[in-house]
Amino acid sequence: MKKEEVPQDGDNMHEGTFKQLFYATDNAGQYVPVTSVGWEPENVAMKQAWEEINERVEKAKAQVLAGEVSPVVYYMEKTIMDLPLLASYVGKFQWQVKRHMKPAVFNKLSDTMLRKYAAAFKISVQELRNIK
Amino acid sequence: MDEVLEVMSDIQFNHVQTAHCESGVISNIFRHYGLQISEPMAFGIGAGIFFGHLPFVKVNGVPGTTYRVVPGAIFKRVCKRLGVKMESQTFSSPEKGMEALDRVLETGRPVGLLSSVYYLPYFPPAYRFHFNAHNLVAFGKDGDNYRISDPIMETVTEIDPKSLAEARFAKGFPAPKGKMYYPVEVPKEVSFEQPIREGIKQACSDMLNIPLPFFGVKGMRFLAKRLKHYPEKVGDRKAVLYLGNIIRMQEEIGTGGAGFRFMYAAFLQEAAGILKREELSEMSAELTKIGDTWRNFAFNAGRVCKSRSVNNISYAELSEMLMQCAAEEEVLFRKLSKVKL
Repeated sequence: MKKEEVPQDGDNMHEGTFKQLFYATDNAGQYVPVTSVGWEPENVAMKQAWEEINERVEKAKAQVLAGEVSPVVYYMEKTIMDLPLLASYVGKFQWQVKRHMKPAVFNKLSDTMLRKYAAAFKISVQELRNIK
Repeated sequence: MDEVLEVMSDIQFNHVQTAHCESGVISNIFRHYGLQISEPMAFGIGAGIFFGHLPFVKVNGVPGTTYRVVPGAIFKRVCKRLGVKMESQTFSSPEKGMEALDRVLETGRPVGLLSSVYYLPYFPPAYRFHFNAHNLVAFGKDGDNYRISDPIMETVTEIDPKSLAEARFAKGFPAPKGKMYYPVEVPKEVSFEQPIREGIKQACSDMLNIPLPFFGVKGMRFLAKRLKHYPEKVGDRKAVLYLGNIIRMQEEIGTGGAGFRFMYAAFLQEAAGILKREELSEMSAELTKIGDTWRNFAFNAGRVCKSRSVNNISYAELSEMLMQCAAEEEVLFRKLSKVKL
């Protein structure tokens, strides 16, 4: 990649906060560091990854409001966690967390357990109980 | 006495932005101790270039692809080859980990930290996934806040103690467990010649000789074959996500598949000067071309993602391009392994 070919496709993916560094060749073929504000294919892939996440969050939200699953599912999707990761944050087995995803089980959880979930999601117990 | 303490808690740290976190931290920390080593040189001596595709290791349901060696390996190899002694610790609790960090910072040493990018507030939000193998340097405190040199950021920054503790003690795989590391013995004079030879030898071996289908140029072909059948195997929707992940792993912060090819080419160029081997210079130019082939693959893959194409021909074409990358890299590394250094 030549210096002039280092992509500069902004798209605001980096929100103007920083530029990424690349190594590219100058006219004499010598490698030099060059900064880039972004690249179209990467922007596309990144946007897609977030679209997927947002879709999952929306779906989870609808399911919680319909009483099909507990808020644990919604916040898990919202914080981009998966079952193994969430289980390790709250110090439970995966099957236990899965049970907590049932509204009936969730409603009977102890305050201690709720606080653990709230801490993992970085929200208050109040927010955990009532999703917005 | 007070004056001395003040100087100590406000050490000068010469931050240079780099392309990759691990080789960047090595370059920045070593420079602090008077050992000048460029990022590409650290990457090359550490034999950082690699390829791996592990369909059974899924991240958020998407099979994993890597363009570099396993996190931590570059560091270990560079230290061993240059004779740098590092102190490295992990901790059972955030309290212990943060206290130990404070104590080392008080002695005026910059400290390398392993962390999750998800909890770094200064990171662009779009990049904040649960990626646990990011490296950064803490080099002092400003009140309660820590002064941070994150190698992929343009300038130094600060972070509050709560976020830093969360980042260092994130759960998941691999759990950083508050890992911190700092040099205790850095030789003033080092010769790069032998370390370069060892680094090149190892990179060639990793790319060509691992007897498993997932790694090196074999891994590229393995991915190429699977990618061809993504649409019929996992459906169009997932196929696009899988493909997107290959691009993201290729270009995203701290990874950068094509970026790693260019960085290794920069290393070969520098090595050519040190070892006085013109062949290495020529191979650097060849690898630059291979990096461009990778970028071309990513460019086309990005177009397939964007159009969310349902037409299987495009996946077959992408598969062909990957096969091309594999063929070119195999030729290059075979040649490189035969150079008498």
